[in-house]
Amino acid sequence: MNFDFSDEQKMLRDQARSFLEDKCTSQTVRTILEGDEPYDKELWAGIAEMGFLGAAIPEEFGGLGLGHLELCVIAEEVGRVVAPVPFSSSVYLATEALLAAGSDSQKSAWLPKLAAGEAIGTFAVAEGNKPATAKNVNASFDGSSLTGTKVAVPDGDVADVAIVAAKSAKGTALVLVDLNGPGVSRRNLRTVDPTRSYAELTFEGAPAELIGDDGEGWSLKERVFDRAAVLMAFEQVGGSQSALEMAKEYAMGRIAFGRSIASFQAIKHKLADMYIKTELARSNAYYGAWALSTDAPELPVAAAGARVAAIEAYGFAAQENVQAHGGIGFTWEADCHLHYRRARNLNLALGSGRVWKDALVTRLEQRNAA
Amino acid sequence: MDFNDSPEEAAFRAEVREWLDKNAEKKTDTNTNWRAGLDDAEAMAKAKAWQAKRADARFAQITWPEEWGGRGGTPIQTVIYGQEESQYLAPRGYFEIGLGMCIPTMMAYATPEQNARFVQPALRGEEIWCQLFSEPSAGSDVAGLRTKAVRDGDDWVINGQKVWTSGAHYSDFGILLTRTNPDVPKHKGLTMFFLDMKSPGVECRPIKQMSGDANFNEVFFTDVRIPDSQRLSDEGNGWKVALTTLMNERLAVGDASGPDIEELMELARNTESETGGPVIKDMDVRQKIADWYVQGQGLKYTKFRTLTALSKGQTPGPEASISKVVSAPRLQDLTSFALDLMDQSGVQMDRELTGENMQFMASNFWAPGLRIAGGTDEILRNIIAERVLGLPGDVRVDKDVAYKDLPKGTS
Repeated sequence: MNFDFSDEQKMLRDQARSFLEDKCTSQTVRTILEGDEPYDKELWAGIAEMGFLGAAIPEEFGGLGLGHLELCVIAEEVGRVVAPVPFSSSVYLATEALLAAGSDSQKSAWLPKLAAGEAIGTFAVAEGNKPATAKNVNASFDGSSLTGTKVAVPDGDVADVAIVAAKSAKGTALVLVDLNGPGVSRRNLRTVDPTRSYAELTFEGAPAELIGDDGEGWSLKERVFDRAAVLMAFEQVGGSQSALEMAKEYAMGRIAFGRSIASFQAIKHKLADMYIKTELARSNAYYGAWALSTDAPELPVAAAGARVAAIEAYGFAAQENVQAHGGIGFTWEADCHLHYRRARNLNLALGSGRVWKDALVTRLEQRNAA
Repeated sequence: MDFNDSPEEAAFRAEVREWLDKNAEKKTDTNTNWRAGLDDAEAMAKAKAWQAKRADARFAQITWPEEWGGRGGTPIQTVIYGQEESQYLAPRGYFEIGLGMCIPTMMAYATPEQNARFVQPALRGEEIWCQLFSEPSAGSDVAGLRTKAVRDGDDWVINGQKVWTSGAHYSDFGILLTRTNPDVPKHKGLTMFFLDMKSPGVECRPIKQMSGDANFNEVFFTDVRIPDSQRLSDEGNGWKVALTTLMNERLAVGDASGPDIEELMELARNTESETGGPVIKDMDVRQKIADWYVQGQGLKYTKFRTLTALSKGQTPGPEASISKVVSAPRLQDLTSFALDLMDQSGVQMDRELTGENMQFMASNFWAPGLRIAGGTDEILRNIIAERVLGLPGDVRVDKDVAYKDLPKGTS
């Protein structure tokens, strides 16, 4: 039994932690929250320089050629510090889509830039206030260009390239669009988490090329989202752990009724529950990491399990961290809302818990039937 | 990351399998039970015979030193043995408390002569041990116990009552925690003994549980005499001795077992919803199934993380502490939901009418006990908060007060 990260992977985690704790304090996050910049460009450049963006990209395409387990440990650290950078869109979604289905020329064109942080990628599915399902995809691809509107697209305001789900003659297709090219317009959106931006993208005959097989777009989207779900689960586990540590630190120092509030069982049990949910999520994420790194047939079930557990853990830890802080936790001044915002964002970004739970049971039914 | 044995583990597993193949009957399906068709006495005889075989092959207590009949093995070998043995019709359930908790306490505190007398018979299943700690007025706060031991010449005289003693009625010996000095704070006035359960004045009575079954005993002590030579460690040192025993309890108390996701999904497939069609198509049902599935998987893979640490020869991390506090309430919630799915027929607790569904009713009446035994949900959360997260202990109003001056509530 070897269900743990290797010593080398743990060293990478330590390296990522010390880099990110140094370069991304809560003030760094607040600067993006309160300012006009969509993301922290200096931090992004630093992350690129560390090689983190290309950890799972083969060396021939400009990456470090490590693997997905390495990417998992990095993602956890990105989550701990609530990093205000388009990491998940560019790495978990655009890069994974290119790795999974890109042609050699698409990979050569984009992966080196994504690995170096010179280009930012994203993935566009949703089209407004309706479920992000295949039948609600109305953007259309005519074989060479794309027309339609996508909203909300994570990091859509800053991305250079997008993988877009579109209707085609054969059903659903995924297409790759250079967002700096003609026929693309963007509008910034206000969201629950301004430390990570979202945009509405409108395509009017924008040049687009197929990625993967025409008509197989939705199943490819599901494959990419499964991979992203595992990676994001690590980010959520990192956030959850960090919210728990914040709550602990505050409770230890806060005196009420003549004693540290951390000595009250009501607080202890709350923190114990945060710990329990975080560990359950971590273990589910580990299983997802194993399935992802070995490309196992268990990945669809493992990814959904990782996502559901991570949503539960981070949502709970972020909200109970506010509660443990009492009144100060409800202020702008306290950092609790950084996690509260990020938890809501990550918990919805790839599809809600409700949707993933339903998908998980469907996958269990399929597995049982097989 | 992989789920494979190391070469040493694989070799050990092969050795275990070969031995089990020769000495035990393989299960034909996972539901077959070694006890099927046996009465209590026959089951006990079968279990004792199996335990002797295991001991002779040095598979009974793998981590014990060779001089005590073990093989000086590793915890991961114990796990591997357990995984393999669970594939066979191998009896279990009589010796775990004795070998997991009582005998390690004896090894730490009894004389060499006493250990020479007691360890082997316990290991081979010839003598069974029980643990006499909990009392009606001392559950989570076991150091508040009342059972009195008073010195009388070379003996101690015991009066009082213990409760929830697993296996007391068939045990040959027990370890017993008593109060020997009420004039000092509660932890300081305790003394540990071991005793022959057939001693005059020891009376076991079964406790009827809320389900109507009786799986535990209460044990009454009326002027029971124990020689001073059966005192374990010094007078007043009983709490320290008890901690040795309880440290081993974590290993002995298992997870909640009972109907799980597979059974719940089966029920939901076979139950008609109000709108027609199987109820598993209903979104509320699917959401619940998913929640319990990821909890179950979370525990399973947390255990894998623990095994990995053991496999590397490391001490497992604190994550192992979440197992029972998650699995016991989960079993209660899952089985309550199963009853809910059955709608009005969920009230039936009659095997003839409910068939396979009876497992949900039975577990629903067992789960409340699991949430209490071996550390309540509340105590386990305190332990996680204090020992894992490092939060300060609660304010203690009983620490510096003589036991006799503490308020005594109702038992």
